[in-house]
Amino acid sequence: MMPSKTLEDYLKALSILASNGKTVSTTEISRHFKIAPASVTEMLQKLAEKGYINYSPYHGSTLTPKGLQIAEKVTRKHRLLEKFLYDVLRIGKDHIHKQACEMEHALSDEAEESLCRLMNHPDKCPDDNKTIPACDLLFSSCEECIVTHNKGLEEVGKREQHLVSISDLKEGKQGKISFVRGEHKTLQRLLDMGLTPGTCVKVLRVAPLSGPTEIGVRGSKIALGQDIASNVFIEVSQENRVG
Amino acid sequence: MQVPLTINGEKQTSENRNLVFALAGNANVGKSVLFNHLTGSSQIIGNWPGKTIERAQGILEFEGKKIIVVDLPGIYSFSTFSMEEIVSREYIALEHPDVVINVVDAAILERNLFFTIQLMEMEVPLILCLNQLDAAKKKGITIDLKKLEHLLGIPVVPTVAIRGEGIYELTKKAVEMARGKGSKKPKPVIYGSEIEEKIQKLSSLVQQKKIASQYPARWVAVKLLENDPEIKKLLSSSSQEIVHESDVVAEEIFQIHKEQAFTVIASERYALASKIAIETQKQAIVKPTLSDKLEWVTTHRIFGYVTSAGVIAGLLLWTFTIGNILSTLLSDGLKIISPVNPALNGSILGVLWNGVFGGVVAGITLIIPYVIPFYLMLSMIEDSGILTRVAFMMDSAMHKIGLHGKALIPLILGFGCNVPAIRSCRIMETKRERLLAAFAITFAPCAARTILILGLVAAFLGPVWALALYAMDIVIIFIMGRVALKVVPGQSTGLIMEMHSFKVPSLSVIGKQTWVRTKSLIYIVFPIYIAGSALIQVLYAFGVLGPVSNTISPLTVGWLGLPVIAGILLILGIVRKEFILLGAVAIFGSTNLLLFLTPVQLITLSLVGILYLPCLSTISVLAKDFGWKAAAKISLANLATAIIAGGLAFRILSLLM
Repeated sequence: MMPSKTLEDYLKALSILASNGKTVSTTEISRHFKIAPASVTEMLQKLAEKGYINYSPYHGSTLTPKGLQIAEKVTRKHRLLEKFLYDVLRIGKDHIHKQACEMEHALSDEAEESLCRLMNHPDKCPDDNKTIPACDLLFSSCEECIVTHNKGLEEVGKREQHLVSISDLKEGKQGKISFVRGEHKTLQRLLDMGLTPGTCVKVLRVAPLSGPTEIGVRGSKIALGQDIASNVFIEVSQENRVG
Repeated sequence: MQVPLTINGEKQTSENRNLVFALAGNANVGKSVLFNHLTGSSQIIGNWPGKTIERAQGILEFEGKKIIVVDLPGIYSFSTFSMEEIVSREYIALEHPDVVINVVDAAILERNLFFTIQLMEMEVPLILCLNQLDAAKKKGITIDLKKLEHLLGIPVVPTVAIRGEGIYELTKKAVEMARGKGSKKPKPVIYGSEIEEKIQKLSSLVQQKKIASQYPARWVAVKLLENDPEIKKLLSSSSQEIVHESDVVAEEIFQIHKEQAFTVIASERYALASKIAIETQKQAIVKPTLSDKLEWVTTHRIFGYVTSAGVIAGLLLWTFTIGNILSTLLSDGLKIISPVNPALNGSILGVLWNGVFGGVVAGITLIIPYVIPFYLMLSMIEDSGILTRVAFMMDSAMHKIGLHGKALIPLILGFGCNVPAIRSCRIMETKRERLLAAFAITFAPCAARTILILGLVAAFLGPVWALALYAMDIVIIFIMGRVALKVVPGQSTGLIMEMHSFKVPSLSVIGKQTWVRTKSLIYIVFPIYIAGSALIQVLYAFGVLGPVSNTISPLTVGWLGLPVIAGILLILGIVRKEFILLGAVAIFGSTNLLLFLTPVQLITLSLVGILYLPCLSTISVLAKDFGWKAAAKISLANLATAIIAGGLAFRILSLLM
């Protein structure tokens, strides 16, 4: 069953409003969409029935792993499209968000991956400089995608786990390195410092003003600038997951 | 053929050759402390042939024999990320040191072993120096030395270099190894079976083709799989076939592992390092150490900025205070010998001599009171680990001028003298970043500029105006950094920086660091000071400067609101900025400059003097590192900034004062 536009919009809104894993109240959602709380409640109940969210009246909603996956996918498509509209089609910054909101639901997964490659694996969207989520193909770096592409992506498995960029993590969280986006030199240096795929890392400190993130890895402490940290994606350990 | 290593000009014959030990390891593992202990004071800081990477070399006397010790740069891997890495592996493979001593931080064993494994793969006689055992103990880590020795197949010597513990045993073991006692080659590093098979296939191909390379065949095979550009380039000239074959094999690995060969190899090395570390070390639970608490304060979202600001302000305040006291003492002392001010008339020879003497005096009065105390304090801050935290906190601010946190280190260095600061821009990853950092440094208020601010402004108008000028200069660094970013567009490298533990600074390392920095300054600055100051004084005596000063008077008088004579002062100041001050005193014939210049003129002259051109030494080092074209462009940008800022300051201050 293909998820509908409303479904995707709701899940996306929930993932944005629920930053850091907090529960989102019905009022917040109704304010976000500017529609009556009654209709929101009705929609939330439907989403809960289908297993996309955990919903309890008076407490609010959180995304289930299944719902989160769809939300991330739509967010990724949205930000990739914004980048495309701005960088390639040279459309003004004020107009890209609205158009991307419309286009994101119609963009196929195949087109999503092609856009990503076409724009050389972009990491930030142009309007609010937010990180474009990692793709759901089972790669540990973008270079693997480039190498594989000539032979077709059909054989590549899909990622089951939800990936989070290190720059989006709070202090104290930990997880396993799954995917690094970026050019070869950065990738090589990260490997040399011990950030090989599957390595456990812990966020020790996040500097304010979008400064670097200090992580603990293999007994050493390493500071990663925001632009690098946002391109290192980890699979957050379950016991640490909130909500 | 390799040219035999020479030291102090002695040529070595092959039969009575001195032994050569190389120290290799990660950054900040105590290599420099160990090096200082081994070599005492007999050190030579040289450059790598043809490359601008410094290496330290010294002589160790052991049982009546001379041993040459080479301190390689601190690196994490033998990939091609930085020049240091390429140069280090070339040194080990091509110069064949008798023993490589791998210095390892016992508290971060796993990460350090990753590099040890790569040294083992180079098939060199290797000793593991397990250093900073005391720090590891404080963290609750104990290491089974016998087991580590067994697993690596190389001798392991525990040391606490900072207290000199274990140095004798280390030297003894290394000498024994060099003389052929005990096994010389470390255990081969065996990879997982799929990879191992490919490595052996490639390695036998390398042997078959008899490729003239100084590197071990197996190592070449591994590097080929890692897609190492340098090795590929080296081989493609002799055998295109091997390069092609390695691509095919790497592709096969990708098919099996679904990860690229270089990732797989790095992962396997780390898996091995991790296995050895787990088997040999025990971790007890310990209370947070003082270092952890300091860490918390220095990177706190509020206290972190406070400490960062405190560190920088404290460094400058220390330099001012000490500099002021020492320079007064020193110039009083030097006045006894001869007048320090420029001589502006008299016989040509007299003027020339005075110029030369003036240059020497200027160098001494700059370096001893201001530069040395500054470097001493800076080295201490650096060695303690606080500077890393300042770089951590300032990373986002530095991004605004296209640099990352690490660039703060050369920039702060520039507050002492721009020359060594520009040279230290090498720590930046790309040429573009080195250029951007060097450009920002040319505006940094170095010791000579500080003298100008103190002498022209603080002395007559009070410290508040001096501080305002200082603040103004920092704002200008930031603005010009933004401008430079527009002129030199491109992608910035992100920050990847190890956060070393705090430690009590080592006096020997601080002393050495200060000396190395001061020495490079003396070599570059002194000759230019002396020659330049003699030349300028002769030009002045011949009356060449007067007409030039008149020609540029529309600028100096019309736009900047200065007296005509300022043209001469600014020309004098090209050699050294303090000449503006000393020249003014000489020309006006009085030390009370307020009689001849208005407060606005004093501030404007000082501001223009700080900014208008980098001094000759700075220009020459810019030209050396970036070429004459870049040096000229940077100088012109400085000049334009000075004219704009000076003109604006004159107009705004005239309204205010």
